Amino acid sequence: MLFYTLKRFGLASLVALTVSFISFGLLYLSSDPAIAMAGETASDADIEAIRKLYGFDRPILVQYFDWLQRAIGGDLGKSYYFRTNVSALIGERLPTTMMLGVSAITFAILFSVPLGVAAAIRPNSIIDRVALFLSVMGQALPSFWFALMLIVLLSVNMRLLPTSGSDTWLHFVMPTVVLGYYAAPAIMRLTRTGMLEVLSTDYIRTARAKGLRPVVVLFKHALRNAIIPVVSLAAVQFGFMLGGSIVVETIFALHGAGFLAWESITRNDLPTVQGLILVFSLFYIVLTFFADLLNAWLDPRIRIS
Amino acid sequence: MPDRVLEVKNLSVDIPLAEGVLHAVDDLNIHVDKGETLCIVGESGCGKSLTSLAIMDLLPKKAIRKLHQLDLAGTSILDYSEKQMSDIRGNKMGMIFQEPMTSLNPAFTIGNQMVETLQRHRNISGENAKKTALIMLEKVGITAADQRLKQYPHQLSGGLRQRVMIAMTLLCEPELIIADEPTTALDVTIQAQILLLLKELQSEYEMGLILITHDLGVVARIATRVAVMYAGQIVEEGTVQQIFENPMHPYTRGLMRCIPVPGKTKPGEPLGSIPGMVPSLIGEFTGCRFADRCSHATDTCRSLNVNLRAEEENTQAYRCIIDPKTMAKVA
Repeated sequence: MLFYTLKRFGLASLVALTVSFISFGLLYLSSDPAIAMAGETASDADIEAIRKLYGFDRPILVQYFDWLQRAIGGDLGKSYYFRTNVSALIGERLPTTMMLGVSAITFAILFSVPLGVAAAIRPNSIIDRVALFLSVMGQALPSFWFALMLIVLLSVNMRLLPTSGSDTWLHFVMPTVVLGYYAAPAIMRLTRTGMLEVLSTDYIRTARAKGLRPVVVLFKHALRNAIIPVVSLAAVQFGFMLGGSIVVETIFALHGAGFLAWESITRNDLPTVQGLILVFSLFYIVLTFFADLLNAWLDPRIRIS
Repeated sequence: MPDRVLEVKNLSVDIPLAEGVLHAVDDLNIHVDKGETLCIVGESGCGKSLTSLAIMDLLPKKAIRKLHQLDLAGTSILDYSEKQMSDIRGNKMGMIFQEPMTSLNPAFTIGNQMVETLQRHRNISGENAKKTALIMLEKVGITAADQRLKQYPHQLSGGLRQRVMIAMTLLCEPELIIADEPTTALDVTIQAQILLLLKELQSEYEMGLILITHDLGVVARIATRVAVMYAGQIVEEGTVQQIFENPMHPYTRGLMRCIPVPGKTKPGEPLGSIPGMVPSLIGEFTGCRFADRCSHATDTCRSLNVNLRAEEENTQAYRCIIDPKTMAKVA
């Protein structure tokens, strides 16, 4: 297990390093950063001065390591638009996104895993059909439309929930449902397929032949094996929610990191975009790392070779 | 009457398919006494495995089981609910499967899977259950048993896993064990060891044992009685001596010609084979099911349903109307 963890950690670190290099290179791919910083009216001399001041004239690798060193220390540069520290900016927006992401993935898992299990126990039953219907809906409904419909129904007509903002937990109910429901179909289908497959295996027959109670057969012997691929999927979904909830954050005016990313892209605010890409990628890498560890814990064949 | 462990009367298994109903097992009667080994032989698809699953009430959902009598150790379990059946499974009767590689759950240790079986049926502490499991592993010839308890199935070889399966099945000291081709997936050398082990344990615990196999060599070594199955029916049933020394049914005779006999079969001489294929069992079937592959078959064979019957008190029962004397001439 220790060896496995170290190996995974090493791999994750390498991926993080690669991502950081790409994210750093982004600044140079789009345009000359000195020109961008100086603004449209600046003279050639001004641009040259800025280039010297910010060290853009140095070799790219030197600049990268310099940038990396500062990034590790938490300094991601200054936003062109807000003129404040990017790390402070992101740090301010992150809690909202985290809150939304955690509640959405929790909702998605609590909604889809039991439904997937129920559908697998009785394939082609009413429950299975309902589950299929719900998952096709979830896959097909555009989140912006679903969000607007919820607002019309729950806020405008029934006056149950606030339409936008992030002041109380009530503000998070609809965004959670919209974002979670978007992720639910894949988790549900994977749980169902996995359970169906596992339930037809020889070791489930053995468990029944041992006289184990149906609950034990189902939840100890079957789900434990069926859930392994679901863990990996949920980790990716969660990463996606932390980075890509732009639509949902915009509709419900939740000023999270996704919203910030969208703002910064439209404003050409490269340091912020760069910082956000780095942070989102790190989320993905950390999540994948933990998903790998969780899988190894669930499946001894990964852990002990 | 000796202690009867299992009595099955008029067992049928039907599987509804799109093309019609598949009569996979037809009107089957078997019984097993204490300390006795009943071998059920037959080729793939003849209904041997379904028979064993039907006794355990573990048939696939779509299969329909019909039975007139099902007694385990003198108690009728025919009308038992699923809950009552699960109290018996792994407790009073256990099953060993063909595939040791996939029959144990990969996610749990051997110890975990053994202890859960014991704790399901016995009011026993985890500590004591572990001790019992350890003793049982040693009994089936597993060395360093305390370490094996902590290992996962994938860390064990096929032979070891099958020993674990046997140990697990024996934990609650069942009256009856059904072993469905327990050695088919194993190396030949391991096969012999496992069979020997089963035989030893059976006499030690005085269990009834049903061994399902298509290997006549196995049957000759381990069986007390033999039931030969063909296309869902028992076509011949008797003691191992009766069946091997004086097979009566043409199918059994055909099977016997397929095995080489040391000293009798000349080198280079082709072994016997049974021409043709098993008939489809979908829909109603009239006449002898073996008729199309039988060199003695007459028109009567194809139109008459014959019951399993013994000619005298002490001979085997078989399902054929041809006079054995004429058969002997042709064969």
